[in-house]
Amino acid sequence: MTSFHESEMIALKDVCFSYADRPILNGIDLTIKRGEIIAIMGGSGGGKTTLLGLIAGRLKPQSGSVLVNGFEVPKLRQTELYGLRRKIGMLFQFGALFTDLNVFDNVAFPYREQTNLPEEMIRTLVLLKLEAVGLRGAKDLMPAELSGGMARRVALARAVALDPSVMLYDEPFTGLDPISVGIIGRLIKRLNRALGMTSVIVTHDLNETLRLVDRVVVLSQGKIHRDMAPEEIRSTDDPFIRQFADGLPDGPVPFHYPGRDYWSELMGQ
Amino acid sequence: MSAYFIRLISTLGHLVTSRIDRLGLVARFAGLLLVSLRIALGRLSLIFREVYFSGVRSLSIVAVSGLFVGMVLAVQGYEVLQRYGSAESLGVIVALSLVRELGPVVTALLFAGRASSAVTAEIGLMRATEQLAAMDMMAVDPISRVVAPRFLAAVFSMPFLAAIFSTAGVIGAWIIGVKLIGIDDGAFWSQMQANVDVRIDVLNGLVKSIVFGTSVGLISVFEGYFAAPTAEGIATATTRTVVISSLSVLLLDLLLTVMMFRGLS
Repeated sequence: MTSFHESEMIALKDVCFSYADRPILNGIDLTIKRGEIIAIMGGSGGGKTTLLGLIAGRLKPQSGSVLVNGFEVPKLRQTELYGLRRKIGMLFQFGALFTDLNVFDNVAFPYREQTNLPEEMIRTLVLLKLEAVGLRGAKDLMPAELSGGMARRVALARAVALDPSVMLYDEPFTGLDPISVGIIGRLIKRLNRALGMTSVIVTHDLNETLRLVDRVVVLSQGKIHRDMAPEEIRSTDDPFIRQFADGLPDGPVPFHYPGRDYWSELMGQ
Repeated sequence: MSAYFIRLISTLGHLVTSRIDRLGLVARFAGLLLVSLRIALGRLSLIFREVYFSGVRSLSIVAVSGLFVGMVLAVQGYEVLQRYGSAESLGVIVALSLVRELGPVVTALLFAGRASSAVTAEIGLMRATEQLAAMDMMAVDPISRVVAPRFLAAVFSMPFLAAIFSTAGVIGAWIIGVKLIGIDDGAFWSQMQANVDVRIDVLNGLVKSIVFGTSVGLISVFEGYFAAPTAEGIATATTRTVVISSLSVLLLDLLLTVMMFRGLS
């Protein structure tokens, strides 16, 4: 029986996960309190998105436990998992809007699928959510007509449609211009406070993230390298975090992919 | 030499086990699809929408193809029948060919090329752009919401399209045989009426088209659902849908024809 405290919304205990023979996460212990916003950072392929997949129940760990709101996620049957997911929102890297539906219908989708609300009330709720992300005027546009930042905001409105307790963000700032990054960042903070959510953000955008979050968890080689307050990131002399924060091409994460000796390969030896 | 044989056996073994794995995956997917059909049947609007995209939009290609096939059958059939002085049997020959064989088979082949490949590409792209994952995260089962309506649309559309193909084919044969060649109009229709049996010919044709619809529908949604989330992956899945659907239709046609018509001879 895994222990779980009321104040904890998410708890991972000794979680190991691998794809076939390739280990991704190795003995992850992480607790996230209710109402917290935490960032998961680390190099590409370091297991950040995998961690989100485990929390959302889209992946099952080889060992260890994943608790969300007291539920042991990997042990839930599909109906129970879907029950839990009604309380989890997820913003995908590129929004994942339904391309055959317009903005209004994308945001209305969770209401139409998960509730029996009359269409008039759904209309009101959708307009409220779109107003919150500043896109009420774009309700009739199709996803192909939206910029990257607008698509991400519509996806955010859709993700919070059912007022989730937990919000997962998979690289929400990727590919956005600085204005859109600022808008999305502010929306994340405002929605988290307004809806009393617990948020987990997987990101590479250090500057925006440090303004938003309560804690930063840095993953490296499948383990939690550091779990620290945002202000510590700027001042730490940890070589891995320095390389990551300063964008250095070489360091603990090598520039070169491991291979044969350069000279011998050139000479064909 | 021994290393060569080991590599050969290993390659063959891998080929066999990967095919068996794939078959297992198809069976498991078909099981999940079967379970989700009840939910999908409760939302007829989704099925009608897919029937429109897959079936209604295939009408023109099916009708035009049927018309030309019927015309060709009339020209070829008349050329042979008139040697034996039985040109009036042209109507029945064309009708039996269409209702029993060409209607269901050619319609299924056209459907695989026109609609099923589009379904595979659509589902594959939805997977690549994480739309299916987003749906799953919103506690909406993508198999019930996306896959099952498209599968059912194929099953429901196929018999109607086959019927339209055969009808267009008979009209095509009538234009060539009666209007252009000059076969007696009454003989053309009365022989057809007397010799085309509802149970043996029409019903068996209907059964064939339902089986082909099930097969083509399952292949298209399966290939789309498990397409690699890359441009190449979707292209490969689309090609596989057309190739596997076409071959499965021809194989199933052989099996069904043997089962249905062997006892009649």
